[in-house]
Amino acid sequence: MPVDIDIDHVALLARLDLTDDEKERLRVQLGAILEAAATVGEVAADDVPPTAWAIPRSNVFREDVPEPGLSQAAALANAPDAERGRFKVPRIAETGS
Amino acid sequence: MTEVCDLTGSELAEQLRAGDLSVAELTESSLRRVEVVDGDVKAILTPTPEVARERAEAVDDHATTGATQSPVAGIPIALKDVLATNGIRTTCGSKILENYIPPYDCTAWTRLSGAGAVLIGKTNCDEFAMGSSNENSAFGPVHNPWNLDTVPGGSSGGSAAAVAAGEAVWALGTDTGGSVRQPASLCGVVGLKPTYGLISRYGLIAFASSLDTVGTFTRSVRDAAVLLGTLAGKDPRDATSLDAEVPDYLHELEDGVEGLRVGVIDGTFGDGVQPGVRDAVRASIERLAALGAHVDDVSLPTADHALNAYYLIAPSEASSNLARYDGVRYGFRAEGPHADSIAMMSATRGQGFGPEVKRRIMLGTYALSAGYYDAYYGQAQKVRTLIIRDYERAFSDFDVLVSPTSPTTAFRIGERADDPLAMYLSDVFTIPANLAGVPAISVPCGLDSGGLPVGLQFTASALGESVLFRAARALERDLGLELRPPLLAGV
Repeated sequence: MPVDIDIDHVALLARLDLTDDEKERLRVQLGAILEAAATVGEVAADDVPPTAWAIPRSNVFREDVPEPGLSQAAALANAPDAERGRFKVPRIAETGS
Repeated sequence: MTEVCDLTGSELAEQLRAGDLSVAELTESSLRRVEVVDGDVKAILTPTPEVARERAEAVDDHATTGATQSPVAGIPIALKDVLATNGIRTTCGSKILENYIPPYDCTAWTRLSGAGAVLIGKTNCDEFAMGSSNENSAFGPVHNPWNLDTVPGGSSGGSAAAVAAGEAVWALGTDTGGSVRQPASLCGVVGLKPTYGLISRYGLIAFASSLDTVGTFTRSVRDAAVLLGTLAGKDPRDATSLDAEVPDYLHELEDGVEGLRVGVIDGTFGDGVQPGVRDAVRASIERLAALGAHVDDVSLPTADHALNAYYLIAPSEASSNLARYDGVRYGFRAEGPHADSIAMMSATRGQGFGPEVKRRIMLGTYALSAGYYDAYYGQAQKVRTLIIRDYERAFSDFDVLVSPTSPTTAFRIGERADDPLAMYLSDVFTIPANLAGVPAISVPCGLDSGGLPVGLQFTASALGESVLFRAARALERDLGLELRPPLLAGV
């Protein structure tokens, strides 16, 4: 059975504005894709460990040597909006006043 | 007429070394080809003729001073537009990065550039490397040089088409689920996905970090070996890059397949595989046996579930990686006014991403969300363990495995665009190698009845690139195919 998804909730989590048409299409398509994909739950026994990386590496260190980083100008060069050396965005919180 | 841009990199390196050809002449040959065919093929999003000419002159000057030449010096190369290039627009095929100019180079290009390679341009691709047809590019589809009405495959379709059409001698792509091998197969060129971690991912703009691999497009197996020799090696900027010693990949290249144990993967002649693909692959396997390989059947029992595991793991990682495109630090920002930052980010992402990227972000966000993680992502990671075990078992009996690269040859533009599940099946033979991190290569092995190329995939165990090249070269040498897309007949 196709999986029933709360598209509005997922879109909010993903910070993604969707049109009504897009929501309807995604509801159907994701339901079908997830129905097929859910069969992964029937494949592996409980004692099979998960693998996050096929060729695992751990504790990868390097010498702590300072290297030049991006200049402020280079870091801001692609910014949609900047002011006084900072990224500028619409308000992020209600002000107290 | 064949021009110098149609030769292989190894042939060109000899001519350059002997002084029979200058890098400037070679570069002009490539740039001319771009001008003549790219209006039809649309492989290149950002041509870089000025950068190319400047580099050509520098390498030529260097040659006259008698400095030692690298085998990649002077070779015209195109880079998939998910590989960051300092000062050169890098779009990922997305409207959200349409005007993004990276302040750094990816390590793959740093290495090639340092060895004197010539950048011809940045190639078209599916948006953020998500797709199997190149139809998901925000800048329009790429057309397959073998038949302009068909797709070149994806997601590295522009890189594959550019090499097939002689616009570049070599190209780099990225392979997360088959995005180098499948387009190589559909365009009649050699496509290599090396062992995960062998080539640094630094500057490869991330799609699914545990699967993403830089790969190569060439017109010969030898060229793939030469190119990998320059690209491979540990990079302190990529913690997942391997510390392994890089061997001389040319050492056993011409040793042939006599005595090699070749396993034919279950499903190679299955119902989903087109008859034309089946025939070419069967004939190639018979040739390998005739050349002295021990051929037998091999089963990867969990491979049937690889596609489903992949379509949970890759979108999950993508939903996390693509969270960075929020209209704050770089890229597109939706026109305001916006009530607040969250509204700005949501509008930016809604307007900036195309349908396939939205589909995968939603899929991944759902699969990782509270209450579903164990059932989807967690289970998919267990399937991954089983696939790795399947390969381990197979490689205790065999040196290399063979299968078709893609179940079909190039399909018509638009044919599968509305059916994501059918499109996802394009990658059924390529995805397992990504999940297991093992290397695989697609080699042209014939044409179907419609005159479209078929690719054979060889897979080896982790860091088994040498035997991979050896097997692929033996088949290439035996078949002796002269592959030239009809498009170039009048060029």
